Amino acid sequence: MAYYRPASWQKPLSLVLLAAAVALPTVLTAIGQEFYIGFATRVLIFALAATSLNLVLGFGGMVSLGHAAFLGAGAYVAAICQQAGINEALIAFPAAMGVAGLFALIVGAISLRTRGVYFIMITLAFAQMAYYLFVSARSWGGDDGLPLNGRMTLSGISLAADDALFYAALGALVAAMILFGRLADARFGRTLQAVRENETRMEALGYPVFRFRLVAFVLGGMVAGLAGALLANLTGLASPNLLQWTQSGTLLVMVIIGGVGYLYGGVVGAAVLLLLEETLVGFTEHWHIVLGLLLLAVVLFAPKGLAALFGRSRRADHD
Amino acid sequence: MLQLVLEQSLNGLQFGLMLFLLAAGLTLVFGIMDCINLAHGSLYMVGAYFVAAATQAADSFWIGLGVGVAGAAVLGLLLELTLFRRLYQRDHLSQVLATFALILIANEAVRTIWGPAALMLNPPESLAGPVEIGNFFYPAYRLVIIAFGMAVALLLYLLVAKSRVGMWVRAGAANREMTEALGINVRLLFTAVFVFGAALCALAGGLLGPLLAVQVGMGESVLILAFVVIIIGGIGSIRGALVGSLIVGTVDTLGRALLPTLLRALLPADAASTLGPALASILIYLLMAAILFFKPQGLFPARA
Repeated sequence: MAYYRPASWQKPLSLVLLAAAVALPTVLTAIGQEFYIGFATRVLIFALAATSLNLVLGFGGMVSLGHAAFLGAGAYVAAICQQAGINEALIAFPAAMGVAGLFALIVGAISLRTRGVYFIMITLAFAQMAYYLFVSARSWGGDDGLPLNGRMTLSGISLAADDALFYAALGALVAAMILFGRLADARFGRTLQAVRENETRMEALGYPVFRFRLVAFVLGGMVAGLAGALLANLTGLASPNLLQWTQSGTLLVMVIIGGVGYLYGGVVGAAVLLLLEETLVGFTEHWHIVLGLLLLAVVLFAPKGLAALFGRSRRADHD
Repeated sequence: MLQLVLEQSLNGLQFGLMLFLLAAGLTLVFGIMDCINLAHGSLYMVGAYFVAAATQAADSFWIGLGVGVAGAAVLGLLLELTLFRRLYQRDHLSQVLATFALILIANEAVRTIWGPAALMLNPPESLAGPVEIGNFFYPAYRLVIIAFGMAVALLLYLLVAKSRVGMWVRAGAANREMTEALGINVRLLFTAVFVFGAALCALAGGLLGPLLAVQVGMGESVLILAFVVIIIGGIGSIRGALVGSLIVGTVDTLGRALLPTLLRALLPADAASTLGPALASILIYLLMAAILFFKPQGLFPARA
């Protein structure tokens, strides 16, 4: 896989898309389709979660099948904060990121000792543990999850209105994209990608490989936690289903169809997958079959993901 | 208390043997072809549905089991020829994506054909009652499953450890390129192993059908357990799969049955009733994390 280097048109295109996103709630309200603001928020939140996984998977080369655990942890922290009387997102969201990051630190410190398939499975195992813990934690709702008592406030402004939450999610996504874009091109990102390409060599050159990977893993976990806290606000519920392994699988699928290791891979993947779902549901009750067939088609005909289809030609990959 | 332990140990043995049927196919596909097959659980589900449908049609459990297993083998053959063959050379991510797509398709197809409600599958009438072992009663059907599982495990052991084909399979798991270079038709071997794995899945699904509900999504939970088994045992190792299955089956069953009682003796009732079920369900994952921590390649690594 080649090093990430933003294409020359990436910045102008991002700005155009950002302008479109900023205008979206106004446009949707004007044409009387306010319902879709919630859906658009969902896309943004999952774009954030998938992007955080892309940092771990695409740039760090760590195939984690337990990323949903951090998403779920973030959602629960938000709900628990509210239960404890903290309704301010400026406190609850950083708390969600902190707890998810701490959890990621523990999981990463143990899992990163293993390689390849074993890493996939041990991250999955940790996510399953978290899932069962939340399922059986009766004080946090157990099976049913922990409902939120209305949405939070962000620096005093209520997120109850759909467009307020939309802009909060958009702000989080833009901040994450800027941060990750800078990181990927900085020494940290270069080193991370070099470790992905040739771990032994980087080790021999004296780079603390383990530490670089762990930092990326924790950072990914923190951003996923933020996405989880936003999601809990959107759906009004922190549910153990968020931590299920199929949710981790869905995030993985988003990154893969979007393009592993492309900055916008997670965003493209989340948007494509959720839009497909939303469209297919309207056409047929059996939309899962259609979605499955489309995913198979992506695997067989666009092996590098959709973002790669539009990217500049790069040197040949060697997986 | 002793009776409970004995009964639960038998249950654990039975569960472990069924897990082995799933894990054996999975570990071989994984070990030899280096292919992550998330859809292995779907084969188990589809197999169980085949058995249930064939049993209803033929009005005999054993005929239904045979027909269902054969049907799953044919399905496995078709999947291998059309899809999996193209996946072996691809990276793990593509395999995850493709087999995740298969899960979606399989679940929806089953829901479309057989409806969302769980299917009932009854054990043969002659086995419906309990039998007396020593001083307690144990369902006859579960004993038959244990016998069945042991027979298949023995057969698999003989096949893999003693036969020529088994030698090829082990060679393929240890070093694929070298095996190919020695003139073994690895392609054909892959197909055979995959079909065999699918048949074992259906066998497990059919045998467990009368105990659990035959329903959509039954594959996913058991798939994770099967993965835990092969990670504990070491990928590609049949012996590891057997040991891992028995460990996971016993620990999981005994943990669920005994942990709440044990904790109640140690902790206040309130804490015990919360902690017990949680600890019981994460026990095998703790076990797996611990084993991976000390032996990152599993207990019986196939590749030196």
